[in-house]
Amino acid sequence: MQSFQGKSVYKGIVMGPVVVLKKNDYQVKRTRIEDAQGETARVQEAVKRSQEQLQKLYDKALKEVGEASAAIFEVHQMMLEDEDYLEAIQNMIQTEMVNAEYAVAVTGDNFSQMFASMDDDYMKARAADIKDISERLVRNLSGQEDADLSNIDPSIIVADDLSPSETVQMDKEKILAFVTVHGSTNSHTAILARMMNIPALIGVPLDLDELKNGTTAVVDGFTGQVTFEPDEETQAATQKRVQEEKEKLALLQELKGKENVTLDGKKINIYANIGSVGDIGYVLENDAGGIGLFRSEFLYLGRNDFPTEEEQFQAYKQAVQTMAGKKVIIRTLDIGADKQVDYFNLGNEDNPALGYRAIRICLKQPDIFKTQLRALFRAAVYGNLSIMYPMITSVEEVEKIYEIVKEVEIELKAQEIQYRIPEQGIMIETPAAVMVSDRLAELVDFFSIGTNDLTQYTLAIDRQNEKLDDFYNPHHEAILRMIQMVVDNAHKCGKWAGICGELGADLTLTEKFVRMGLDELSVAPSMILKLRKIVREMKVEE
Amino acid sequence: MKSFEYTIKDELGIHARPAGLLAKEAKKYSSVCMIEKGGKSVKLSQLMMLMSLGAKQGDLVKVTAEGEDEDTAIAELEKFFNENL
Repeated sequence: MQSFQGKSVYKGIVMGPVVVLKKNDYQVKRTRIEDAQGETARVQEAVKRSQEQLQKLYDKALKEVGEASAAIFEVHQMMLEDEDYLEAIQNMIQTEMVNAEYAVAVTGDNFSQMFASMDDDYMKARAADIKDISERLVRNLSGQEDADLSNIDPSIIVADDLSPSETVQMDKEKILAFVTVHGSTNSHTAILARMMNIPALIGVPLDLDELKNGTTAVVDGFTGQVTFEPDEETQAATQKRVQEEKEKLALLQELKGKENVTLDGKKINIYANIGSVGDIGYVLENDAGGIGLFRSEFLYLGRNDFPTEEEQFQAYKQAVQTMAGKKVIIRTLDIGADKQVDYFNLGNEDNPALGYRAIRICLKQPDIFKTQLRALFRAAVYGNLSIMYPMITSVEEVEKIYEIVKEVEIELKAQEIQYRIPEQGIMIETPAAVMVSDRLAELVDFFSIGTNDLTQYTLAIDRQNEKLDDFYNPHHEAILRMIQMVVDNAHKCGKWAGICGELGADLTLTEKFVRMGLDELSVAPSMILKLRKIVREMKVEE
Repeated sequence: MKSFEYTIKDELGIHARPAGLLAKEAKKYSSVCMIEKGGKSVKLSQLMMLMSLGAKQGDLVKVTAEGEDEDTAIAELEKFFNENL
């Protein structure tokens, strides 16, 4: 039994087998072989298995994220059929009498070097694809568990860190918990864990090479500890606590269908934050009153080109129809800063968080923005859709947005396409927007406070910098005063104000937020019933 | 031997996906199909070599087909270039 301490980003407790995701970990040994033919046959067998795995990944991605994003797996399949690549491997085995793993690793390195040295950025990036297929082959040759998560038993995922493109591939039903060596509380892993309602630990000092797949582990999101090979006593204690948690959860389930109303009659809307159409299941399952933040980036990430108006329209339409009349607030494109997309060609910036991102891209490249607005206005016909613009700092920006909205409206009208201009609000996530919120309130229909960025910009703390986690105090009085100011300014103009940042889900602040007069809290779906419980048990008058 | 010349119009050039489809297309014919750019020439069916040509937007390439079905091959390949690249 061995325990490690990390930092918990989502509470919960679970026991199960681990799956270790390692990157670039093929420390392939060179060994001398006698039977070159047998070794070549092993390669053929591994190629076949790899093809099957890629086909499965392709099918899954096609179903979940669309053809454009799935295409990468098709390309991988084609690369694996490449005769030069396969011949190079075969030649090496025959002429040098080396093991298949070694021949694949070296050939993969050579081919990927060929691309890495090209002067074209796009082609440079293809080096990673060749590495990827070579690693897959080596994994299949050496009988290692494939990191292909579409095909595992429910497991605890242990990794160095996880990227959004990796998590896209995961079958969310099969993940019991996340444990990562790196990552900050605002990393994608953390956000995903909160979304999925599963325990997650970050910053756990593990040696991934020491850890074997299938090892039993207990992940305790309450203490931040992970224990490998727990003894019988620990196992029994864990099972008991898992059971208790289940019962607590069942109690929360009874709150479904009930109102978010305090004992003295004050009501508040509790909505859900989601990142893709696939998450709507969690929204409905947790009885959210609506979607308070629908991050539209999912349409842009993990692909090679801009999503078309039609693709976007279909996704938004599906969302509002599935939510059947409940409010769906879609935030327009928020790319840039920590969310980079190759085909936007944003270039490197010294200060990406203070750089070319979100609404700034939309105002500078109105074609991208207009396509999204057209899709949104068309989808608004099918349900209760609202639009929210991110990263606003001034009245002028909102006025510019409205000019573009007007242009889009004129186009749609001229083309006799059905549309509706829905409710339009803005994110309040810069100190500047807070300071001029009295004037902004006159222009827009609502405010939604993005506390993550607001805290980052107010406290001058980089969210991506793990070293600063200790300084990141979201309860800072400056933040709370800003929230109050925003709420008051909204109400003066008869508009509503909510929170859609992580702070909205902070259960220690829920009562305070209700008393401050917030009209809406939008949180991860898994937090909705927990918030409802607090609201229903409190009184506004202390 | 049949051939045609073509200037790449796709913004990304002969990138991964069209290269894959192109290699697949070339394999359909018994003729030997080659592509040449800047003095370097590779078989169209060799996906990775094809990608490594790094043919970008505005580059001029020459495609050739030699063999029994060279007429069909060159016609279909030209169509492919016009539609995809």
